[in-house]
Amino acid sequence: MSTTTAAQKTTRTLDDATVRFCGDSGDGMQLAGSQFTNTSALVGNDIATFPDFPAEIRAPRGTLAGVSGFQIHFSSKDIYTPGDTVDALVAMNPAALATNIGDLRSGGILIANSDAFDAKGLEQAGYKTNPLEDGTLKSHRVHSVDMTKLTRSAVEGMGLSVKESDKCRNFFAMGLVFWLYDRPLEPTLRFIDEKFGRKAEVAQANTAALKAGYHYGETVEAISTQFHVPKAKLAPGTYTSIVGNTALAWGMMTAARLSGKRLFLGAYPITPASDILHELAKHKNFDVLTFQAEDEIAAMTATIGAAFAGAMAITASSGPGIALKAEGMGLAVMTELPMIVINVQRGGPSTGLPTKTEQADLLQAMFGRNGECPIPVIAASSPADCFEISQEAWRLAVRYMTPVLLLTDGYIANGSEPWRIPNFADLPKIEVKHPGPQANGDAFLPYKRDERLARPWALPGTVGLEHRIGGLEKQDITGNVSYDPANHQHMVNTRAQKVANIANDIPPQKLDGPATGDLLVLSWGGTYGACATAVHNVQAKGKSVTHCHLRYLNPLPKELGNILSRFKKVLIPELNMGQLKTVIRAKYLVDAIGLNKVQGKPFSVAEVVEKIESLLKGDTKDSQAKPEPIDSETTIKAVLEKVAHGG
Amino acid sequence: MSVDIQLPVLKPTDFASDQDVRWCPGCGDYAILAQMKKVMPTLGIPREKIVFISGIGCSSRFPYYMNTYGMHSIHGRAPAVATGLKAVRPDLNVWVITGDGDGLSIGGNHLMHAIRRNLDINIVLFNNRIYGLTKGQYSPTSPLGKKTKSTPMGAIDNPLNPLSIAIGCEATFVARTIDTEIKHLGEVLKRAAEHPGTAFVEVYQNCNVFNDGAWAYAKERETKADTTLELVHGKPLIFGKNREKGIRLNGMDPEVVELGKGVSEDDLLFHDEKAPEPSLAYLLSRMRFEDGFPEPIGVFRCVEKPQYDDMINEQIETAINERGKGDLDKLFRSGDTWDVA
Ligand code: SF4
Repeated sequence: MSTTTAAQKTTRTLDDATVRFCGDSGDGMQLAGSQFTNTSALVGNDIATFPDFPAEIRAPRGTLAGVSGFQIHFSSKDIYTPGDTVDALVAMNPAALATNIGDLRSGGILIANSDAFDAKGLEQAGYKTNPLEDGTLKSHRVHSVDMTKLTRSAVEGMGLSVKESDKCRNFFAMGLVFWLYDRPLEPTLRFIDEKFGRKAEVAQANTAALKAGYHYGETVEAISTQFHVPKAKLAPGTYTSIVGNTALAWGMMTAARLSGKRLFLGAYPITPASDILHELAKHKNFDVLTFQAEDEIAAMTATIGAAFAGAMAITASSGPGIALKAEGMGLAVMTELPMIVINVQRGGPSTGLPTKTEQADLLQAMFGRNGECPIPVIAASSPADCFEISQEAWRLAVRYMTPVLLLTDGYIANGSEPWRIPNFADLPKIEVKHPGPQANGDAFLPYKRDERLARPWALPGTVGLEHRIGGLEKQDITGNVSYDPANHQHMVNTRAQKVANIANDIPPQKLDGPATGDLLVLSWGGTYGACATAVHNVQAKGKSVTHCHLRYLNPLPKELGNILSRFKKVLIPELNMGQLKTVIRAKYLVDAIGLNKVQGKPFSVAEVVEKIESLLKGDTKDSQAKPEPIDSETTIKAVLEKVAHGG
Repeated sequence: MSVDIQLPVLKPTDFASDQDVRWCPGCGDYAILAQMKKVMPTLGIPREKIVFISGIGCSSRFPYYMNTYGMHSIHGRAPAVATGLKAVRPDLNVWVITGDGDGLSIGGNHLMHAIRRNLDINIVLFNNRIYGLTKGQYSPTSPLGKKTKSTPMGAIDNPLNPLSIAIGCEATFVARTIDTEIKHLGEVLKRAAEHPGTAFVEVYQNCNVFNDGAWAYAKERETKADTTLELVHGKPLIFGKNREKGIRLNGMDPEVVELGKGVSEDDLLFHDEKAPEPSLAYLLSRMRFEDGFPEPIGVFRCVEKPQYDDMINEQIETAINERGKGDLDKLFRSGDTWDVA
């Protein structure tokens, strides 16, 4: 405890808190957020994060379009979401304030870089008067900090240009927030050393800025309270904080090891899937081949070639890329080769919202190919789940000799959470069989199936198993081209049955809540956290509601029909216009109700809670989450005003 | 004690699959298939190590007729399928069979990129200047003005020149041959097979049903000596029934000259398939019958460059040598970690 001239400070202990750093995309907000995340994980909090950045790499400075943000929810309890509202918001400029202030809870702390609130900055953000001074923010605790000036003076004399000095501002902001939430500086100091160690003056300046921010918090009188969020009670083990795309890449590498295979990734750069390519490209010493193809189609078809060759072959993309891969996936279904197609979903259609999350590719995954073309579809529920589900995808692919579609989304891909590190030796092996050489001169039968209806995976190079496969319809057993009507019917049925058989090979569907009751919340994919938290909140109020989260979307779990029949109402919250709902209604004739949102953002817990409570009170209708006013109304309003004024 | 490893001696018939060949009678594809079966046993590669990958089109039925491993993939994608296959399994001998529509139209991008990567694969493009399987639309190599079902008033797109494209992508092996010149065809296929890196072979192939005679000028006994020119490495470019004509460079442009009359063999352009720069090969590829030139057949270019399939695997070896074989337990703990008791 400081006993010198420092202002009198009080400390309050909280269960959890949510902080958001936002600023221009050049302001280093993603770095600030990830440092804060790591530190919070290291002090033992449970964490969930939500990075949110613009599609443009460098949108014009100071504009609304260029705002980049990173939200961290850290807690002493189990948490599943990055938080609905923000307790403390750091806004590096007026545009960041304008686009984010709507999420700051009433009474929340705003730390604004007042130096950026000049005439030009205000105008770019559409402010006629300075919000830091005009009283419009009086429901928040506003701290105007002249961060630019303070940072410049902290790094003065270190040989940096003004521009370089200003680049240290994010460290000042970090320092201040680290003080505010009682986080240690050491992990970030270590990071600075590793990252900038070779540029001594930059390392020194960032360190100085970080410490200056921390001391500012410690000394400035206006900030009187420091908050403390104790450790969470996680299951015993060693943890690391992991981002979804990294967990997925590691999961795939692990699956390859567990099955004794080389890993081949065919990929074409696309947001938000490219980090899978980047991560795997780093690990060539794990016998990982990464092929950056000329296009999505080549990425897919090279993956087919690698599967034929005997590798664990995967391709990763997002919606538009998956659309291009559709024809290739048809070939993969016809040739019955094992591989994994990963779709990190983003807002669509077309180029849509490349950096924003959505779940609107479910029907594309299930039905988006020509012909009767069934592919198993599974979906990850959280960043850490990407690790385990990758192994499950490969297990199904090889056991059933089929491509598997693995769905994640931008929110899971870029979000992070604590991950309990497994021991490789404890993970279940993935068994792969290849038929051996055959010297008796008998014809090899490439489509002779086992009890699961899987065909043999015969590898080129094996004596006596020479055979030809391809996209034309095959005669069952021999694999010869066949146009026979009865054979085509048989093969369509067989391919469908093979995928349907997977339902016998998956764990029983879990329920969170009573097995029967008034309301079942049925969810899939990245909405797990929001739905689980919402259901827990309502359950805590003594109401009966049950959560059922689907990992397997095709085939659906065997017992799902029975589960659905035990509830009076079924709510399906989805970040699309009702795709799972369409499937559930068609398959089970259940009058499911949708809560839908396509705003490039995950559900807030409150949105789901509100709908659950309204359904429990008698509501029976579909509804859409209300867009947050700050994001759309102001911009739409601004456009309308401009148009009205002939702009 | 010495171990005697005996490769079985294979015959062309060992490479015939049990499937009926279903090309139209008289199609040029039959000759190419026959030569391929003849070349195969001479390569010293066990049959199970050979893989034929094709796209869609008449030519792409080819893998069904070879008793090797094979994949009849989808339209235009054979080079990409082959890339994945060869990258993972450099031990395999991989052939891509394609056509003018498959390779140059729908699959143009993949063809270009496979060539520039210089994977050790052999690409044979059957050029019949028409879409055969879809029953007679003009193709990317059909000449201007070509009247087909889809161009009743004549084609208005300029044709592509397959070899110019391959050379533009800096293919390390580029050759042209003709379905009816069976000896030449066999020799070119063999040289392609022996080339390390991507070998690109254009075969003038007759589609006797939808585009009969498209290459008549280059095939007919009476005209071929004047309309084609057989390239021989290190030799001057001479052609004609009595080998009385040659190709000379006039500045940057080739011209046809009569030998004698003050022009000697030494004045002619000498073929150099090993020239590091592809300019000469490109110039040869531009020589077209309709412009008054004989069309060269044989090997235009044969140079060595690093191969993608080698390099992608060498990077893995290097990474293992430098960092050791990857240890997942270490990787999982490579970031900041904390313990919960
Ligand atoms: S259509 Fe033409 S290219 Fe095709 S098989 Fe018949 S003759 Fe040959």
